[in-house]
Amino acid sequence: MDGSETAINIMVGTIRAGTPLVFAGLGELIAEKAGVLNLGVEGMMLVGAVTGFAVTVLTGNPYLGAVAAIGAGMLMSLIFGGLTQFLLTNQVATGLALTIFGVGLSAFVGLSYIGTPIQGLQPVAIPLLSQIPIVGPLLFNHDLLIYVSFALFAVVSWFMFKTRAGLILRAVGESHDAAHAIGYSVVKIRLLAIVFGGGMAGLAGGYLSLVYTPQWAENMTAGRGWIALALVVFATWRPARVLIGAYLFGGITILSLHVQAAGDAVTNAMSVFPEPIGRWLLVIINSSHLLATLPYLATVVVLALISRDATKIRLNAPASLGRPFHPGA
Amino acid sequence: MTAAQLELTGITKQYPGVLANDHIDLAIASGEVHALLGENGAGKSTLVKIIYGVVRADEGEILWNGEPVRITSPSQARSLGIGMVFQHFNLFETLTVAENISLGIDEDHDLKQLTSEIEEISTKYGLPINPHQHVHALSVGERQRVEIIRCLVQDPKVLIMDEPTSVLTPQEVEKLFETLRRLSSEGCSILYISHKLDEIQALCDRATVLRHGKVTATCSPKQETPKSLAEMMIGSELPVCKRIAQKRDSEVRLVVRDLSIPSPDPHGTDLRNINVTVHRGEVLGIAGVAGNGQKEFMAALNGELMDSVTGRIELNGAELSKVGPAERRTKGLAFVPEERLGRGAVPDMSLANNALLTGYLNGMLNNGFIDFDRVRAYATEIRERFDVRSAGIDAEARSLSGGNLQKFIMGREIMMDPQLLVLGHPTWGVDVGAATTIHQEIVDLAAKGTSVVVASEDLDELFEICDSIVVIAEGRLSPVKRTSETNVEEVGLWMSGQFEADEGEVGHAA
Repeated sequence: MDGSETAINIMVGTIRAGTPLVFAGLGELIAEKAGVLNLGVEGMMLVGAVTGFAVTVLTGNPYLGAVAAIGAGMLMSLIFGGLTQFLLTNQVATGLALTIFGVGLSAFVGLSYIGTPIQGLQPVAIPLLSQIPIVGPLLFNHDLLIYVSFALFAVVSWFMFKTRAGLILRAVGESHDAAHAIGYSVVKIRLLAIVFGGGMAGLAGGYLSLVYTPQWAENMTAGRGWIALALVVFATWRPARVLIGAYLFGGITILSLHVQAAGDAVTNAMSVFPEPIGRWLLVIINSSHLLATLPYLATVVVLALISRDATKIRLNAPASLGRPFHPGA
Repeated sequence: MTAAQLELTGITKQYPGVLANDHIDLAIASGEVHALLGENGAGKSTLVKIIYGVVRADEGEILWNGEPVRITSPSQARSLGIGMVFQHFNLFETLTVAENISLGIDEDHDLKQLTSEIEEISTKYGLPINPHQHVHALSVGERQRVEIIRCLVQDPKVLIMDEPTSVLTPQEVEKLFETLRRLSSEGCSILYISHKLDEIQALCDRATVLRHGKVTATCSPKQETPKSLAEMMIGSELPVCKRIAQKRDSEVRLVVRDLSIPSPDPHGTDLRNINVTVHRGEVLGIAGVAGNGQKEFMAALNGELMDSVTGRIELNGAELSKVGPAERRTKGLAFVPEERLGRGAVPDMSLANNALLTGYLNGMLNNGFIDFDRVRAYATEIRERFDVRSAGIDAEARSLSGGNLQKFIMGREIMMDPQLLVLGHPTWGVDVGAATTIHQEIVDLAAKGTSVVVASEDLDELFEICDSIVVIAEGRLSPVKRTSETNVEEVGLWMSGQFEADEGEVGHAA
C-alpha cells in the first residue's frame, strides 16, 4: 500500500464517517433556522437506524431501508412537532424526552436483529468521472447516499439564501411575532422544518446501519446526534461550516483508527516531541477510550475557534430559537 | 362627494369583558388624511386590526369603493390595497431592508427588481434608505421608513399609520408629514391614528373620535382647538395641571460639580463639565434634542454610569459619584427611565413583582424573606392611588398601555417618598389624560419638598411643570433660568447649542 493510496483511503473514510453528521446537522440546521430547537436528534437517528435496518432485512433492499429510515425519522419528529407546536410544550424538555424514547424504542425493536447480517449499500462508480486519478476515487466512487449528502448541502445552501421560501423560513426563526403579523403561518412553516429535520436525522441513522457499519447494535449512533446539534451551533447556523465540522469529525475518527492500527511506528514517532508532551500523547493514543473522544473534542474546539465573530453569530443565530409561539398574544 | 374609498358601518367587536368596538361608523374619502383619535384603550387598535384583517368583527360591514367586502387576512387586505404601518415594527433585524420588504409582498417578484423599485420610491417620497443594509444597523426613524416603503411598493389606496410619531424626533416627524402629504396629494387615503393633538391638527383633514369603543364625534380638526379635541377624546373637561406658586427654598438638595463622562456608547455623547444645583422642592427641567447627552446625564445621576466619571454628585451633602444605584436609592434617590419596558419595569413580571423591585426598601423584606402580603398591598395601593388601569396587580407589565405603566412606575417611585426624583421623558407616548395626571403628580410631589430633575423634548411640558429650565446640547449644560424668566424661543435657540457655557451657576445663584 503506497502513501497516496493510504491518503485517499483516509479521505474516503473521512467522507463516509462524516456523512451521518452532514445529514443530521443540515436537517437540524433547517429546524433551528425556523426557530425550533429539537434535542431529539439522537433518538430520531436511532429509530431511523433500526427501521432502515429492519426494512432491509425484511425486503432485502437497502434502498427501501433508507427510505424507511427517513419515514421513521419524520414520524418521530411529528411527535415532537405536535407536542411543541400545538400543545406548546417546552422544546428542550420535549426534545430530551424524544431522545430517551428513541433510545428505548430502537433497542426494543432491534432486539431480534442483533447480529443479523445484511448486504448494505454498495458504491456506485460514476462512469468516466470515477476514472480521474485522485478526484475520481475521492468524489465519484461512493454509495448513493453520499451523493445525496453532497446534493443536500447544495440544496440547503441554495434554499436558505436564494429562495423566497428560505427567506420566509429565516424570518420565522428570527421573529415569529413579526412573521405572524405580516401573515405567515408560523406553526405550519415550523412543522415542515421539524419534519425535514426528522427525515434527515432518520437518514443519518440509516446511513450508519446500512452503510457505515452494516449491522444493528444498540445505541450505535454513539452520541453523533448530540455532535450534530453542537455542530449547528458552533457552525453558527451556516451550512458550509456544518459540512466542514462534519468532515473534520469524520477525519479525526478515521485518523485515530489508523493511529491505533499503526502501533509501534506511532510510539517511535512520539519521541520527537519533548517530554512530557510525547508521554501524554502516548497515553492518549494507547487508551482507545481517550482516543475515541478526540473527534468530538477537536470538532467542537475547531468550530468554536473559527466562529468567534460576535456580529456574525448575531446575524446568523435565529433569535426566536426555542421560544414558544402563542398566536394572538 | 363621491363614494368613500373605505367605509365601515356598524362595526362591533366583543372581547371577554370588554366591548372594544360598539357599532362604529367610519368613512374615508379618496386622498383624505383621516385621523382616528382616542385615548389608550378607546378601541382604535381593534378597529384598525379589523380593517387590516388581523381580527374579525362580530358585526358590521366594510365597504371598499362602495362594494361590500370581507377581509379575512392581512394578505387579503394588502391585495385590496390596504397597507398598514404598525406601532411596533414587524421587521427582521438580521435580514436586509430589501429582504424585509420582500417578505411583506405576496405576489412573486424578483429581489433585484424590487431593490430598484425601493430605490425609486425612496427618492420619490423622500425616504432615504439603503436596500442592502441590515435592519439591526438602522435607527428607529429608518426602520419606520422600511415599514412605509413596504406598504408603498404595493401601491396602496389606503395607508393605516398606527401612532407613527411616538418613536420619532421632531425633525423626523416633519419629514414623515411631508411624505404623507405627498401621498395624499396622489390620491392615497391615510388613516392616521394618534393621540397627539398638534399633529392631528397639522396633518389631518377630518377626524373621528373614539371613546370607550364608540364614535363620540366627527370633526374637522383644523377648525377645533387642542382643548376642544382633547375634551372630545376624554369626554370631560381637560383637567389642568394646577401649580402652587412656590417660594424659593434655599436648602440645597443636589449638587453636580464639574461632571465629565466619556460616553460608553460609540454613538453617544460625552458629558463635558456639567455644573448644576437643585434645591429642595424645585422642579428642574432639562430641555434638549434627544441624543445631546440626556441619556448619559440621567444614567450618571442614577448611578448606572459610574466608570471614568470625573467630578462630584452630592445629594444632601453626601458624595454619590462612586456609589452604585442600589445604594443611591437608600440615600433617597429615585429614578424613572424613559424606557418603561425593560428598564423601568420587567415586561414579563407581574405588577406586584415589579413593585417589589424598587419598593423592597419600604419594609417588604423580613430577614431577607419577601413579605408577599406586603408586596401585594403595596402594588394595590399604587394601582388605586395613581389610577393605573390594568387587569389587577397580577397583570404582566407588558400588557399595560404606555400611560398606565408609566403611572405605575411613577407611583412606585413616588411611594418611596424620595429626596430626589429623576425622570426621563415621563410622558413619552402617553395620552393626554394620563399625561395630565403625571404632571400633577410631579408638581404635588415637589410641593411636599421632593426635588425633581426631568428631561424632556417637549418644551410645553417643561414650561408647565418646571420651576427652572436648563438646556443640554452636545453634552454641555446651558445656564439655568427660572421658567418665569425665559420663554420657548430662548430655550429653542439654546437647544441648537448657542449659549454661553459655564455661567450656569452664576445665573442660578441669583
